[in-house]
Amino acid sequence: MKKVYVKQDVCIGCGLCEVYCRLKHSRSKDLIKAYKKETPRPLSRLRVDESGIVSFSVRCQHCDDAPCIRACLTGALSRDPSTSLVVVDEERCIGCGTCALACPLGVPKLDTSQKKMVKCDLCQDEELPVCVANCPNEALVYADVPDEILKIGQVTT
Amino acid sequence: MAATRKIKYLIIGNSAGGIGAAEAIREVDKTGTITIVSDEPYPAYSRPLISEYLALPCPVEKMAYRQPDFYEKNNIKTLLGEGVVQVNPDKHTVKLENGTTLGWQKLLLATGGTPIFPEMEGNRLKGVFTFNKLDDAKAIDGFLNQHRGRVRAVVIGGGLIGASVTEALLKRNVEVTIVEMKDWVLNTILDEEASVFEAQALVHAGTNIITGHTPEKINSYLPGEVSGVTLDDGRVLPCEMVVIAIGVRPRLEVVSKSGIKINRGIVVDRRMATSAPDIYACGDAAEAHDFVYGENRLTPVWPNAYEGGRAAGLNMAGKPTEYQGGTAMNALKYFGVYIASAGLVTPPNDSYQTLINRYDGIYRKVIIKKGKLAGMVFAGDIEKSGIVYNLMKDGVNVRKFKEVLVADDFGLASLPESIWKDRLESSPPEGVPVVTSIEEPEELVIGD
Repeated sequence: MKKVYVKQDVCIGCGLCEVYCRLKHSRSKDLIKAYKKETPRPLSRLRVDESGIVSFSVRCQHCDDAPCIRACLTGALSRDPSTSLVVVDEERCIGCGTCALACPLGVPKLDTSQKKMVKCDLCQDEELPVCVANCPNEALVYADVPDEILKIGQVTT
Repeated sequence: MAATRKIKYLIIGNSAGGIGAAEAIREVDKTGTITIVSDEPYPAYSRPLISEYLALPCPVEKMAYRQPDFYEKNNIKTLLGEGVVQVNPDKHTVKLENGTTLGWQKLLLATGGTPIFPEMEGNRLKGVFTFNKLDDAKAIDGFLNQHRGRVRAVVIGGGLIGASVTEALLKRNVEVTIVEMKDWVLNTILDEEASVFEAQALVHAGTNIITGHTPEKINSYLPGEVSGVTLDDGRVLPCEMVVIAIGVRPRLEVVSKSGIKINRGIVVDRRMATSAPDIYACGDAAEAHDFVYGENRLTPVWPNAYEGGRAAGLNMAGKPTEYQGGTAMNALKYFGVYIASAGLVTPPNDSYQTLINRYDGIYRKVIIKKGKLAGMVFAGDIEKSGIVYNLMKDGVNVRKFKEVLVADDFGLASLPESIWKDRLESSPPEGVPVVTSIEEPEELVIGD
């Protein structure tokens, strides 16, 4: 599988990744409507964290050993066997936020109006995730995950 | 019975812990026989959803914790609706209520918890309920359906179960009074300040909350039926139903005569093994490692049951695995108020340091001891709570940057570089093709 990697040394925190993510998840696919008119407001699945000159965008890493799946109270979170992505079944999600408390990156986004959690699916219907495609500095790269991927998780052997 | 005829993995309990174990076993052992036995007649369902069920009864399938083909696909045999009477560690058997004896090679006790039911006059009346499993929600639903006119309920206990049942009952147009013995609701998982967020939401939704009092007895004017509750100050609260929600305790009946070491729950080591060979325990029934206290404790929450079950399952299947430990952790959204808490919520003495920040209806608090996080409460916005929770779980020393944990603009970038780099997995791998933008960005779509 592929992942989005962040080259934080060239990220300037412009936030365009967030803008395009929100646009992607809007109904109108129109920037101004997406930001100012749509209700419920479309939500970006990623966020940009900044501190001084350090900035980078943060999204679901689809961890090999995903703590959110294990913590999920309803079974709404699971790994899609065909894509290896961590996916949420919005029908079964109650938006309780337990995944947000379990995630080391704090990325699960709570859609408070729909009472659902929403998350990054790496834009499965696009050639390239829109955040990567629209990063003006090439600070986001989409690359294959090497076999010996870093695991974020809890059970150690 | 020959060893080969014995079930390789017998799991008592079909909820988070049992399923966590079964899934872990199948990662290691694809063929060894697994049997799950449970006294509940349903495929695994999400217990926290019983509140949603009571609010709006739906088919049980909608509450399923796993896909309908889960048991078949994983080759797991189920004995549902079958109670276990007793475990015999020496013979490696269990005896079922129907008289059958099952042999096993490895056994998991994922028996869960049972509501604490106080000795009180009137506690056996019709209209007195607990709220722990689907059948409890069904029983309350049936009771409400039979009643004409508005039902009044007294919920005894203002903890998680009390708040859950209250939210559901309000949606069913029941008038609810919560009676909480301590000074504030949700006192085991929230500090007083965060509790106010929930209490205001509860009151705003129409709940009456009485704190600092306990019920003396449940009254009955018509034989067998509830008519009200009398409190310790003599006050009488008229009602048609009572929900007892003062807590849960581990279900230990099946091991009571087995000689397995029990303290408050079944005592397990870091591999989730009990004092008896080949027997493991997890979930609400077990007393397992708590990483905040550094000792074994009961932490009856769903995610810990799954994690403990998972560690137990890996060990049962022969893959030595240490349970990293759990601590009390809860994310709540009663009445749209989002709160997350973990570990301690109020410092037990002055050897702890507390940092608090309040802004725009958001409340953040962390409790620190000897440089390490011992507790946290996030209210109003819980989206980045996981960053702090995992620092606590991993035992990271936060002394040098503790102030940022509660700051308005807190995020991963606020942490030392070594931590966010590790968490973010930020370096693209070397030697694999990378893709950035493949073409000129499309023209911005602006307006119509």
